[in-house]
Amino acid sequence: MSLSAKEKVIVKDFFAKVSSRSDEIGAEALARLIVVYPQTKSYFAHWKDLSPNGAPVRKHGITVMGGVYEAVSKIDDLAGGLLTLSELHAFMLRVDPVNFKILSHCILVVLSMLFAEEFTPQIHVAVDKFLALVALALSEKYR
Amino acid sequence: MVEWTDFERATIQSIFSKMDYDDVGPAVLSRCLVVYPWTQRYFGNFGNLYNAAAIQGNPMVAAHGKTVLHGLDRAVKNMDDIKATYEELSVLHSEKLHVDPDNFRLLADCLTIVVAARMGVDFTADVQGAFQKFLAVVVSSLGRQYH
Repeated sequence: MSLSAKEKVIVKDFFAKVSSRSDEIGAEALARLIVVYPQTKSYFAHWKDLSPNGAPVRKHGITVMGGVYEAVSKIDDLAGGLLTLSELHAFMLRVDPVNFKILSHCILVVLSMLFAEEFTPQIHVAVDKFLALVALALSEKYR
Repeated sequence: MVEWTDFERATIQSIFSKMDYDDVGPAVLSRCLVVYPWTQRYFGNFGNLYNAAAIQGNPMVAAHGKTVLHGLDRAVKNMDDIKATYEELSVLHSEKLHVDPDNFRLLADCLTIVVAARMGVDFTADVQGAFQKFLAVVVSSLGRQYH
């Protein structure tokens, strides 16, 4: 499943439109991840504060969303563009790739929540495909 | 046996009592058919599903969306035995309709996203957790009679 030229435009336009709230999106998505899927907390055991609205979670959500935006800018070559991030996740963080899917779902829920009017089914499918391809690119160096 | 906290029970009852089924039902099914186009395989006789606009305007999709959503009512009213409540429906989906049970999960994800859109910031992380737990039980129950 690859992105058509039209879908790339949809993704770039939509993320540009919501960029002013990207920090909020990231923080919300990560908060939801650890509340709705508590097993994901296992990756953050080193944080003193694991409360969904606490500083570490919000800050990390912003970092993750920054990564998503980097992926948007490299939408024409995700595997190549996200090589370094893939190495990070594969060799250092060793996040089980199943969690990429779970986080993608949380991002979609937050986008739907904050941008109900704009998040039409057509935009939903393009963003969903994009996030799946980002997950795939992040998994590149795993084995 | 699923254990529900008071918060979870109250949340599920609240969401469904306030839901406009005539709005949400069609929205959920049409979104599912657009976002996961392979699900269209079960609706060969629904006429025009050629693009998103056609799907969203299709009256058969709308009607069926309402049917499916009203089907969730039974679980809402019988939260303590969803498994038994859906035994017959599970057999129906397996033996007669031949629906891949993974589709239940896809539809549940679409429902979560539509409810999030309707509720906005009221769809907090805790509410999402309760809602997804409920849907997970429904999905599991509907898949139970597949052999």
